[in-house]
Amino acid sequence: MSAATRAKPEMPDAWRRRAALGLMTAFALAVFGRAFYLQVVDKDFLNREGDRRHIRTVSVPGHRGAVRDRRGEPLALSAPVDSIWVLPSELLDAPPYMAAMANLLSLKPRELEKYLRARDDKQFVYLKRQIDPDEAKRFLALKAPGVFAQREYRRYYPAAEVAAHVVGFTDLDGKGQEGIEVTRDASLRGAPGSRRVIRDRAGHVIEDTDDIKEAQPGTDANLTLDLRLQYLAYRELKSAVAENHAKGGLIIVADAASGDILAVASQPGYNPNRPDDRDAASLRNRAVNDSFEPGSTIKPLLIAQALETRAISPDYSVDIGPGTFKVGTMTVRDEHATGVLDLGKLLAKSSNVGAAKVGLLMGPESVWAGYQKFGIGEPVGSGLPGEAPSVLRPYSEWGPIATATASFGYGLTVNALQLVRAYCAIANDGLMPQLSILRRNNAIPPQRTVSAQTARTVRRLLEGVTAAGGTATRAAIPGYRVAGKTGTVKKNANGAYVEGVHQSVFIGMMPAEHPRLVGLVMIDEPGAGEYFGGFVSAPVFSRVLAGAARLLQIQPDEMPVPVPKTQTASAALIPAVAAIGGVRP
Amino acid sequence: MSAQTNQTSIPGGGTLLPLTLALFVMLSALAVVQIKHRHRTLTTQLETARGEHDRLELEWAQLQLEEATLAQHGRVDALARSQFGMIDPLDYRIVDAAGGVAPQVRP
Repeated sequence: MSAATRAKPEMPDAWRRRAALGLMTAFALAVFGRAFYLQVVDKDFLNREGDRRHIRTVSVPGHRGAVRDRRGEPLALSAPVDSIWVLPSELLDAPPYMAAMANLLSLKPRELEKYLRARDDKQFVYLKRQIDPDEAKRFLALKAPGVFAQREYRRYYPAAEVAAHVVGFTDLDGKGQEGIEVTRDASLRGAPGSRRVIRDRAGHVIEDTDDIKEAQPGTDANLTLDLRLQYLAYRELKSAVAENHAKGGLIIVADAASGDILAVASQPGYNPNRPDDRDAASLRNRAVNDSFEPGSTIKPLLIAQALETRAISPDYSVDIGPGTFKVGTMTVRDEHATGVLDLGKLLAKSSNVGAAKVGLLMGPESVWAGYQKFGIGEPVGSGLPGEAPSVLRPYSEWGPIATATASFGYGLTVNALQLVRAYCAIANDGLMPQLSILRRNNAIPPQRTVSAQTARTVRRLLEGVTAAGGTATRAAIPGYRVAGKTGTVKKNANGAYVEGVHQSVFIGMMPAEHPRLVGLVMIDEPGAGEYFGGFVSAPVFSRVLAGAARLLQIQPDEMPVPVPKTQTASAALIPAVAAIGGVRP
Repeated sequence: MSAQTNQTSIPGGGTLLPLTLALFVMLSALAVVQIKHRHRTLTTQLETARGEHDRLELEWAQLQLEEATLAQHGRVDALARSQFGMIDPLDYRIVDAAGGVAPQVRP
């Protein structure tokens, strides 16, 4: 046996040797071929596969920009929150965790199970959206299978209801729905970026690749609003609406020269932080979304045009007789005035007959052109969404009746911003600024409406409205001269005027000599007895503008007392400081 | 042929040059390892810093919100009136910085 086995390798059969060598060659070739294939031919694929196991794309969030007032106070901010989501099938497979999860969600375990069973086939189900990151940690601390957190950004509105109509709100996915959030959505919204990184087995990022897409954070929206004034306006409006049992109201305060809107509030309001606190009525920003017949508030514009075209002179007076005037088939009536009125009385008593007579004297074309110049019928484009269109029919359609009614503000509609813009022109010596809620870097040049002389004359006439004997003595502000006009407008519903349903308006400017601020207050359907603009709206104007004058340190209207040359400045300041310190009730 | 003469002209050149090069290769290989390691450490540090940045940003947003909520005008108004018995100033005088004194505002 041993001799035979030893002899065999020494004398192999030729075919066996060749077969063994051939087999080995074939294997060697196969191995080399495979290596060549993997290393050279299929290299890219393998590299890619390798990378896929280590390279991850990390998304970088692009924050939504903030909304700030003119002094930088935040009105809308995004803060990170977490949303808890589950893979229902995985959580259902781990019953021990269900009770604890249900407990955190303050649900009964059975309810949670039912909820998840109904969504068994889904890969992604939200359990709780947008909660505090600390609360989310408690969910994750359970280490329940199939429970994950997702970082999201939630919008917070620190000013809440005070600036709600201006700022608006976003939906849960961060898309603007109302107010500035919707008009500036494109620039507020950031673009999320991404970067590709290489991770080690423990999940740590060990290398950045070159493939980076920078996140683009959103741009802040800077408003012209002054939150201090906004709060004051909101507070006074809200209490006036409640006091008068009114359906709603609005207030606007604007800078006469620049057209910056300093405050704009509307009632009823809502809290933008609470999605459940919204209905159609409260969402409406009456200052922008509503149009109304201007009524008596249009008269100063008529008088300005009449003076400018020299249809009447500043010492014009009109006899209105017993306070009725027949134009065609219509009788114009006055409630407060009879006899001969000069222009000051015409405005102070708000005589419809007087206005109609002036309007007919001017003719339809001139009345229309005057309103047109003051921007009636032309959108304001303030930056707030949903501006109500204003209707000013062409003068060619106006007969004597239409001319007369247009002269005292009926038969045409305006929105509140348009009225404020027109009064800014009177306040700003005839130059009508562009109203805006957004801060502008380069001011748009104002438009000339009437001459500075005419504007000053009209302002002086309007001072009579708030003086003794005028319709709005309650609009007076201690220490300042106020020029303004009341309007008590019958509400038009479906083409007919509704008896006993009014809108009470007061629009004015202060200080009358060189107005800095223009304010408009409207109370819609006051239901507590009083409905005249001078009783309902004028006190709100007075309180808000008095506060604004103090906050903005507007010099009182009377001429400043000159400091005697011999006295030092510090000595002169002492009584003033004492006066500031001593509050008299 | 000339290469061979060159090689022989340097004493021991036949082995010294490859050895030196081999040493350099070793050194640079070690350097690569070293640099790669440093790179990864720094990347990890950068990543930690980014995380910290995110965390601070979160905190900053929350602090801003907290401040704005506490400084809410309605809240301050109510506190000033109820706790400190404050009222709106009714009687004051505006003084401009140049020393001019405007007339007093009184109710």
